[in-house]
Amino acid sequence: MDRTPTGVIQWPSLAARDGNMRKVIGVLREMAVTWGPALALVILYTAFSIGDARFASLANLKTLASQSAIPLILATGMTYVILQGSIDLSVEGVMAVSSLSCAMLLRNSRTGFDLGVIALLVGICVGAMFGTLNGILITRLRIPSFMVTLGIWSVTSGIAMLISGGQPPEIRDMSIRGWALGETIGVPNLTLVALVCLVIGYLLQNFTRFGRYTYVIGGSEEIAKLSGVRINFYKVLGFGLCGLTAGLGGVLESARLGLGHVEIGAQQMFLTLTAVVIGGTSLSGGRGGVIQSAVGVLILTVLANGMIFIGVTPYLQKAVQGVIILVAVVAATWRFRARLRVVK
Amino acid sequence: MSEIAVSLESIGKRFGSVQALRDVSLMIRSREVIGLMGENGSGKSTLLKILAGLIRPDEGNVVVRGRPLTKASFSAAAKAGIGMVFQEQSLLLNLTVAENIFLGCEGEAVRFGLYNWRKLKEMARRQLDKLGCDISPDTITGSLSFAQRQMVELAKVLTIEDRIGVEPIILLDEPTSVLDAEEIDTVLHQIERLRSRASVVIVSHRLDEVLRVADRIYVMTNGQCVGERDARSVDAEDLKRLMLGKHLSEQYRRHDRPARPIENEVRLSLRNLAHRSDYRDISFDLHAGEILGFAGVEGSGRECVCRTVYGAEAPSAGEVLLDGSVIKFDGPADAVKMGIAYVPSERRIEGLVPNMSVRENMTLAHLKVARRGWFLDSQREQKLVSQWVERLRIKTPSNHALAGQLSGGNQQKVVLAKWLIAEHPRLLILDHPLRGLDIGAKAEIFARVRELAQNGISILLIADTLEELLALSDTILVMRDGAITARLPVGDGKPTQMEILENMI
Repeated sequence: MDRTPTGVIQWPSLAARDGNMRKVIGVLREMAVTWGPALALVILYTAFSIGDARFASLANLKTLASQSAIPLILATGMTYVILQGSIDLSVEGVMAVSSLSCAMLLRNSRTGFDLGVIALLVGICVGAMFGTLNGILITRLRIPSFMVTLGIWSVTSGIAMLISGGQPPEIRDMSIRGWALGETIGVPNLTLVALVCLVIGYLLQNFTRFGRYTYVIGGSEEIAKLSGVRINFYKVLGFGLCGLTAGLGGVLESARLGLGHVEIGAQQMFLTLTAVVIGGTSLSGGRGGVIQSAVGVLILTVLANGMIFIGVTPYLQKAVQGVIILVAVVAATWRFRARLRVVK
Repeated sequence: MSEIAVSLESIGKRFGSVQALRDVSLMIRSREVIGLMGENGSGKSTLLKILAGLIRPDEGNVVVRGRPLTKASFSAAAKAGIGMVFQEQSLLLNLTVAENIFLGCEGEAVRFGLYNWRKLKEMARRQLDKLGCDISPDTITGSLSFAQRQMVELAKVLTIEDRIGVEPIILLDEPTSVLDAEEIDTVLHQIERLRSRASVVIVSHRLDEVLRVADRIYVMTNGQCVGERDARSVDAEDLKRLMLGKHLSEQYRRHDRPARPIENEVRLSLRNLAHRSDYRDISFDLHAGEILGFAGVEGSGRECVCRTVYGAEAPSAGEVLLDGSVIKFDGPADAVKMGIAYVPSERRIEGLVPNMSVRENMTLAHLKVARRGWFLDSQREQKLVSQWVERLRIKTPSNHALAGQLSGGNQQKVVLAKWLIAEHPRLLILDHPLRGLDIGAKAEIFARVRELAQNGISILLIADTLEELLALSDTILVMRDGAITARLPVGDGKPTQMEILENMI
């Protein structure tokens, strides 16, 4: 025991022991947050494999890979926005505009264009453009991302409907359709694109100023500002990237279905947000990453696919998905709970 | 005598109707440690923020090495070599130590937007080595202790040396307030080391710390610089007198006053109260108008007992009697109804809504007192609030000022008023009411609390130091490992701190 001049009583041994205990618990918790989703994925996969042998077959594995391709691409972009503490609700609308502008420029049933790969690029650029617009509106007008992107969702859906005019263009460029449905060394082509996206996303996240400042902005904009970080620039970049991945998703989905359609991205936004959160990226920003989001996507894909195998009705599937989100969020925020604390 | 690094020339600053700083002039020589002392709200923090470029002064100049700073911005100050270590730390807990140290100025470690992690870590290592600090640069900052984070903050500020190529001027805003004794020693040791390469300005409430590290001490009162002392020859009493500037120090009475006779009825009675492993077999009586101080180390269970009395945690055994009748525990709302008031230690989090006005904060829990029929009688509310602002001498520009803008001591008084504004609470629980306050604010809270007790309110008190407990309590209950080990009446110089200590450990 020792006493400081002010008379504060110290009890070093107890404090030290307590501190060590807390450190151990802290490390365990940290590990649970990091590895929990991956563990859940393994358990789900194993459980479904035991439930029905066909689930683990090579054919179904290909189905899983193909189903998760576009959500993986979307989640990569969305992760950046959420890491910055914002949210992008315009994904589905942006996908629709990209899908239609790309389909109208490929050889199709409505127009005389036949631009091939250039049409794909145009579709992607349209997505990036709307994403950037999101970012500019948010940073210039200082409106919450939630509101701005909700508005842009409406705007882009409207534009898509205008282009479509009630007659969805059918894509007749067979080489592009063939590529979108084909596979290389046994892996679906779209899955390969998704993997490339993921790798680029990972490299951006860890080895570029944009990636690291994304974490800074999510951690604390105040501190970022004090340190002279150009917050607005990186936010616009984040939303631009998210728009770009939405555009890419829209274009690839169109190529796969052979159709430019307003509803091309239906349900995708909810799925993507869910995947990002389940993976362990916190909605308040600063924690998580693209790999975590990829795990989240796989969990949802495996779940949806597995439930079909063990015969759960589609209606119940949606409810199960909702329950899983709630459980995942509670698990991720459990340690921040405190009695008498108010959450808004 | 070494050259002058920074001088402040008749700085003045107003916030609304409050004159925060008036004609403050001081200078800092290179490689000198300056202690800046003063009560809460005396303007030290404002002065520091002006130095760091966070606030623009209304009058006067900041002159760095002979050149006046023309722009008031954090980065302009940094370019001139001034860096600040914040009280509420400015590190990103989700990033690595290396990233935090070089945030916003990664230099060679980032080329064309691409990170060279090896380079960055190397550079961070070099900064940390300056402090003789063995934290690994790729640790996630959130996993460090407060003292370690303080080291990282220092390392971050020291990057100014390499970036600007001048000796930095380092501003420390209460660097030790959240640390324990051992950690404080480490930080103070670092400050002593810094003297060989930088000028330092340290703001602290703790006299012994400032006396240990500082070369010169400036004392501030009411926004003015009232004295400059050489730290080697200054007398602690002299400093206290300067800081208070008035009669308040006498009110911080010692416990050699005679014992106050307590013969009133029993207000609160605990019978064999227990709660899992937190505490057991707690029995005592608290009389009307008595101040009962709880002594005990962290984890002795004294906080838990108070939480139970306040209704935040139900006991697993035993009963609590208030004025003779057993009370049930259905949460804090019931306790409030029964006239039990609780002033928490985390006043910013638990006791105060910082972005509501002083008036709203005061009447928040007891709108009834200002109600006429179904509606709020705002005139009556206004009058009531003004009354309490006056009685507790709360320094606020107006009743409509946001509570978050007041100084720490005045925030504490608002929280106190919030519970007093009801038609006399029967029991007041004060959890570390003096934490983070300066001597002047302490003395005032002391006086108010005594006054309340004289008016018949019973008080349960937990305080940081034995000195405070002894000065304020009529009776001291000592707890150890969840049980009461002694009940000591206070008065006529008894008990001694040693007696209490023996029962605590």
